[in-house]
Amino acid sequence: MDYHSPASFAEASALAANATGITRFLAGGTDVLVQMRADIVTPDTLIDIKKIDGVRDITRNDDGSWTIGVAVTGAEMSEHPELGRDWPGVVEAMDLIGSTQVQGRATLTGNLCNASPAADSVPAMVAAGVTVTVTGPNGDREVPVEQIPTAPGRTSLAKGELISALHIPARGENGGDAYLRFIPRTEMDIAVVGCGVNLRIDGDTITEARVSLGAVAPTVLLVEDCARAIIGTKLDEAALEALAAAASAACNPINDKRGTIEFRTEVAGVLAKRAARIAYARAKGEKA
Amino acid sequence: MALDDRKTDFKFVGTRPDRPDGLDKVTGRAKFGADMYAPGMLHGAILRSPHAHARIVKIDTSKAEALKDVKAVVTRADFSDEVEFKPGLEGEFWNVLENVMAGEKALYDGHAVAAVAATSALAARDALKLIEVEYEVLPHVTDVDKAMEPDAPVIREGAADYSVPEGMHPNVVRYHESGHGDVEAGFAEADLVIEDHFDTEATHQGYIEPHACLAMLGNDGKGELWCCTQGHWIVQKTCAALLGIETSQLRVTASEIGGGFGGKTTVFIEPVALALSRKANRPVKLVMSRSEVFRATGPTASASMDVKIGMKKDGTITAAQGVFRLQGGAFPGAPGDFTAMCAFAPYNLTNVRQVGYDVMTNRPKQAAYRAPGAPMGAFAVESVIDELCNQLGLDPIDVRLKNAAREGTKASYGPRYPRIGLVETLEAAKAHPHYSAPLKPGQGRGISCGFWFNHGGETSVSLALSEDGSAQVMVGTPDIGGSRASMALMAAEVLGIPYENIRVTVADTATLGYNDVSHGSRVTYASGLATIKAAQNAVEKLCERAAAKWGIPVDAVKWENGCAVPSGPNAGDFDPLPIAEITADMGRTGGPISGHFEATPEGAGVSFGTHIVDAEVDRETGKTTITRYTVIQDAGKAIHPTYVEGQFQGGAAQGIGWALNEEYIYGEDGRLQNAVFLDYRIPVASDLPMIDTVIVEVPNPGHPFGVRGVGETGIVPPLAAIANAVSNAAGVRMRQLPMSPPRVLAALKGDG
Ligand SMILES: Cc1cc2nc3c(=O)[nH]c(=O)nc-3n(C[C@H](O)[C@H](O)[C@H](O)COP(=O)(O)OP(=O)(O)OC[C@H]3O[C@@H](n4cnc5c(N)ncnc54)[C@H](O)[C@@H]3O)c2cc1C
Repeated sequence: MDYHSPASFAEASALAANATGITRFLAGGTDVLVQMRADIVTPDTLIDIKKIDGVRDITRNDDGSWTIGVAVTGAEMSEHPELGRDWPGVVEAMDLIGSTQVQGRATLTGNLCNASPAADSVPAMVAAGVTVTVTGPNGDREVPVEQIPTAPGRTSLAKGELISALHIPARGENGGDAYLRFIPRTEMDIAVVGCGVNLRIDGDTITEARVSLGAVAPTVLLVEDCARAIIGTKLDEAALEALAAAASAACNPINDKRGTIEFRTEVAGVLAKRAARIAYARAKGEKA
Repeated sequence: MALDDRKTDFKFVGTRPDRPDGLDKVTGRAKFGADMYAPGMLHGAILRSPHAHARIVKIDTSKAEALKDVKAVVTRADFSDEVEFKPGLEGEFWNVLENVMAGEKALYDGHAVAAVAATSALAARDALKLIEVEYEVLPHVTDVDKAMEPDAPVIREGAADYSVPEGMHPNVVRYHESGHGDVEAGFAEADLVIEDHFDTEATHQGYIEPHACLAMLGNDGKGELWCCTQGHWIVQKTCAALLGIETSQLRVTASEIGGGFGGKTTVFIEPVALALSRKANRPVKLVMSRSEVFRATGPTASASMDVKIGMKKDGTITAAQGVFRLQGGAFPGAPGDFTAMCAFAPYNLTNVRQVGYDVMTNRPKQAAYRAPGAPMGAFAVESVIDELCNQLGLDPIDVRLKNAAREGTKASYGPRYPRIGLVETLEAAKAHPHYSAPLKPGQGRGISCGFWFNHGGETSVSLALSEDGSAQVMVGTPDIGGSRASMALMAAEVLGIPYENIRVTVADTATLGYNDVSHGSRVTYASGLATIKAAQNAVEKLCERAAAKWGIPVDAVKWENGCAVPSGPNAGDFDPLPIAEITADMGRTGGPISGHFEATPEGAGVSFGTHIVDAEVDRETGKTTITRYTVIQDAGKAIHPTYVEGQFQGGAAQGIGWALNEEYIYGEDGRLQNAVFLDYRIPVASDLPMIDTVIVEVPNPGHPFGVRGVGETGIVPPLAAIANAVSNAAGVRMRQLPMSPPRVLAALKGDG
């Protein structure tokens, strides 16, 4: 196995482009190292991106949007004084990952590129409208997060491509987001269903919404029917029921050791309602 | 000398000093199974069957053997039923051998088929990939009811013993039936009879330390083994038999142990490591991964049960009957008999009948898990009692008190009870503030009693005094629950010297006589009894030295507060002679002073507990939260109350896991789907409420200080108590464990 620690994304991209066999980028390593030790994936080339300048930075841009470095850990996001005020749902979703120890290592980028349909931060990022910069042999391109995972364990990144930054939009006025997951325990578990909701209101009426579901299909879903069910409403009971129905209808889950099809489908609706209520309360400036 | 056997007032017993192994454990200095190293040590790894049931046609190890880093490869051919000097293992030894290394067939997913020793753990792991095994895959069965059906694949022809009635499937290998009275007449007297079916899935003890050992075995037949185990003499005896060497030539040392709960009462990797070491002529270390622990050690049995109970309107149970089918993996041993015998044991019944089956399937060989067999039976029986109470509008504690077994009651499994403490636990439960605390909407409360036999077992303890009057105690029972502290307290009580002046060591097999495993809740009872008697033996000698010094008869000397004193005014006027003054001179007054005791004590005394649980069910997701838990159990006499409480709380915590989320999940292919802690859902700390405890003390007449073992009874009531709480919260009877959210939600929606 070859280990590299390039000083730039261009160098990282070139290393990956020229590598043979299995290549992995090493962010926090909480997926990569675990898979190595469990004899699931033994990469031929390991490219550590943590030595690249700026990868640990959380930056608020002039337009109010945020740039998150690809090696920023969950703990750093939770401890940031302002990020969580703008995007509590994204920060809480990341904070649900693993334990205190895992929080000191795990990253949004790793969670996204590991491409698990149950990844916790991804529905929150999709709902928030996060985009990523992909650096490759042909330069940079901007991609919405929902276009990165293509199937369990697979991404749309081509050989030699890697993510060099994440961008969270400006929060703007009267917006709120939330992420909830269902696990049978209280922590240290994998989402059986996850749901991210991000919305904006005008007065009491929802004007914009994005709803995303995790662990109910081969990839995280952006469910437009869910958004339509609540846009233009005051999140009354009828809207919540329509939201739940749309969420359940969007599910395409599997029966497995973590949950049944019926269970996931039902609970997707329940979580959508609960997350929407929290996001709505946050948009109104209430504490939730 | 006058030693009072029946003590009731204590100076040391009942206090809560720090445990002697505490500092080692919190600083990382304690040495567990994987913490031992030897010069020239190799690392072992085991190749395991991916199939639930398959004939092993051929194993080709040549490519692995050709690797420079590989120093030995073993298969079944390297064990004693194949080697010439000790052919033909029989009985349980043969079963254990078959389990640690497959013979003609792989019997479950994870069954060991070959092993290598190499210069590094990674090299050993990679070498396994070069071993070629040709399998002929056979039909498999992993479910207990399916394994009893006529067309079920036969795991092993001829495994059944004489107890099994004619006409049963060959997978039924043991049968138990017992009871008394006339159940049909009893059901006819009842105002309400409820019969129901219950299922539980296999669970794993979930000890945090995977099995690990370091083995050395020379071609002279002399060996050394370091391993984490609940009993190193059984390891010694079994490994010697499996390797074809003399028992005494293998010295086994028990490491510190990171949990066992019954799962470390047999061997898995130890014989394999010894065989590798013998072949490589180098020390070999073997450490299981967590997934190997799940796939190839001993989880509990799963169970399918039918229980029928009749009750009068006033709560009197008129008859009770149960059929308990236990699945114990690919070997005989599922505790169907224990399940049957314990199920109705808390109650005074005129008419009772119980049947237990031991059924083989293509799963790992079950092992003990605290009170093996009892929790499942209690789940079924106590659920039916709860339902009877609900339908008849009766208080569940009053009904249990009305039917409770007492001293003199003929137990459901035969004998008459001596003094027992069930009624006292029920009365304490009724009086506990928890029982009268109001419930919030969405919450339910559950009650259950539980019973376990407890065990004595072969026990040997030695105690030696040092010249400064301090004492060292050698016990042979690995410390799995703070027992060194309890032994020191009991020795301190007899010797009259401070707890801190006593060091208790778990001796290896070469330095003490045979000791049975730390199981059966027996350690504080049996090793404790032997410690007391060994200390008394030393005290007798101390008194003799004092008598000789004073020139008076030995029966004119008694032992008090760590000193020899004249037994009365007529004995003479001598100042108290402290222990340290006697031991300082002992070389000149007759030689070293030690005490010893060995026996198989028979008075362990049965044990009962009552649990109260509150649960809250999220009706939209089926998720259960345990909001309050109280354990009440009879400890006879709590030697170190903190560790008694720890046992109580541990039973509740493990019971919460078993009841709510833990389960072995097999796919259609017969492979275990969740062999990691991510998907085998043991409760995490934040899943648990504060678990309150009440120690009831009804002294056990069979122990000098009144001790009853407390290690196992605590896991008996939780499944039922939690199921009753969840059923009462949800408004539907939960008959299948675990009560995972999908199952509870389905039940709430009426299609469970
Ligand atoms: C104990 C434990 C608990 C966990 N709990 C959870 C949980 O609750 N929820 C959850 O969602 N996950 C959980 N995880 C999984 C894991 O922690 C997360 O997926 C984490 O976010 C991964 O981030 P990382 O930085 O460690 O990724 P790494 O392991 O470093 O990398 C993961 C993947 O991303 C790729 N990658 C990394 N950086 C880049 C890049 N810049 N460009 C392109 N590809 C890249 C790697 O090649 C690799 O395939 C848990 C893991 C453990 C060990």
